[in-house]
Amino acid sequence: MQFWGYKRKEGRAGIRNHVLILPACACGSESARVVASQVRGAVNIVLNTGCSDVAANTAMTQKVLTGFACNPNVYGVVILGLGCETVPHRELREKIQGMTSKPVVSFGIQDEGGTLRTIEKAVRAARDLAAEAAMQQKERCDISELLLGIECGGSDATSGIACNPAVGELSDRLIDLGASTMISESIEWIGGEHVLARRAATPEIHNQIIQVCQNYEEHLRAAGQDCRAGQPTPGNKAGGLSTLDEKSLGCIRKGGTRPIVEVLEQAERPSKTGAIVMDTAGYDISSVTSMVAGGCNAIVFTTGRGTPTGNAIVPVLKVTANAQTYRKMEDNMDVDLSPIITGEKTYQQMGGEMVQTILDVCNGRMTKAEAYGFSDIAVDHICRFV
Amino acid sequence: MEVNALRLDPADNVVTCVAPVAKGSPIVYPDGEELRVLEAWEDIPIWHKAALEDLPEGGEVRKYGERIGRTKEPIPRGGWVSDKNIYSVPRDYDQEMI
Repeated sequence: MQFWGYKRKEGRAGIRNHVLILPACACGSESARVVASQVRGAVNIVLNTGCSDVAANTAMTQKVLTGFACNPNVYGVVILGLGCETVPHRELREKIQGMTSKPVVSFGIQDEGGTLRTIEKAVRAARDLAAEAAMQQKERCDISELLLGIECGGSDATSGIACNPAVGELSDRLIDLGASTMISESIEWIGGEHVLARRAATPEIHNQIIQVCQNYEEHLRAAGQDCRAGQPTPGNKAGGLSTLDEKSLGCIRKGGTRPIVEVLEQAERPSKTGAIVMDTAGYDISSVTSMVAGGCNAIVFTTGRGTPTGNAIVPVLKVTANAQTYRKMEDNMDVDLSPIITGEKTYQQMGGEMVQTILDVCNGRMTKAEAYGFSDIAVDHICRFV
Repeated sequence: MEVNALRLDPADNVVTCVAPVAKGSPIVYPDGEELRVLEAWEDIPIWHKAALEDLPEGGEVRKYGERIGRTKEPIPRGGWVSDKNIYSVPRDYDQEMI
């Protein structure tokens, strides 16, 4: 199976060809927004950190920023720093240039002499990159170039019963065709981690999965938080999910049944092909942020209660099996899986049908969140700002 | 009789209602080719769970063939199983390692 994509010199192919306007710190975020709004083909992200952070937070932010820049859906990058951020924009640029051969330029607002002068230079740079990007022709790419991130958010009981099993079926079929998929949200493995770990390709991976859950619980405990007090969320409870275990057992079904070949840290790039898991927050926007930084070129997002969220770099396909949610939020939902609940179709059937839906998205079909230009991110944090 | 609930695994002692069920009305779920019926002991909202048997205090609640929690109080057959009357049991990670 093949799709039309943008071949890259390193790593997987892109399914989009964006020029990314990347702030190196929060102080660059607004200028990045203005630059992206001036140049067709450019997208920006809003960063709320990059300064006054403990070392572990800085490391996480750097993983996300470099990961975004290296994401296959990005053609080239314009970095906007202030000049006094923790990791200076030049250093960030050099780091990215060490990881990828794609074009990267950077500007510092203090050096350039303020917002307007910086924006002027950055707009010219972004315009030139966008003009080049538009000349790149799509080529036939094997489905093995696809790394599909699988997310769930705003879950209710329909998620675990219908939506996640259907996406799990999709994942199995894609993996059988040679693609790779990734699930994350490790707090939402807790209570189902023993079931997830049964899919491990090796005993080491089995134990890594259990260890990730143990570490997550201990991390939250150190911050005075019982993971069972925050999960399930009030929305999950209203939607019929009573315990973290129940939520997790439904949640993990979206990863399908194929052997898990790799356990990744947050925002880390996979080295294997097949079913991959990543240790991220349960907070959906943060989890998607980390998976995009890890190189996912498409995201499928299952929801029960409905959510509008989207990512600037990677199309997010929204699927729900809650008929009421689909009706009420049709402007945000891409796929209606409610026939599984009514018994008109099986989750296997609808999971199979979604292979074509994902292929369409790879070939350029815009998801609703993408058409709206949504750009949500959340960089996970270890500790308070300093 | 119309199906208004689903049992996800034969080992489960709860079903998930896929429509709101009023107190005293039938909860109908498929079991293979057959339909099974029990009476709702109270109103149960859509997407929420009903007990298939009398659950004692501290008893295991099973969905997906797995334990999703234990009961805080006895729950009668046909009763509403929710975050109000069941709780999550901490994991024993060390014992899960192989």
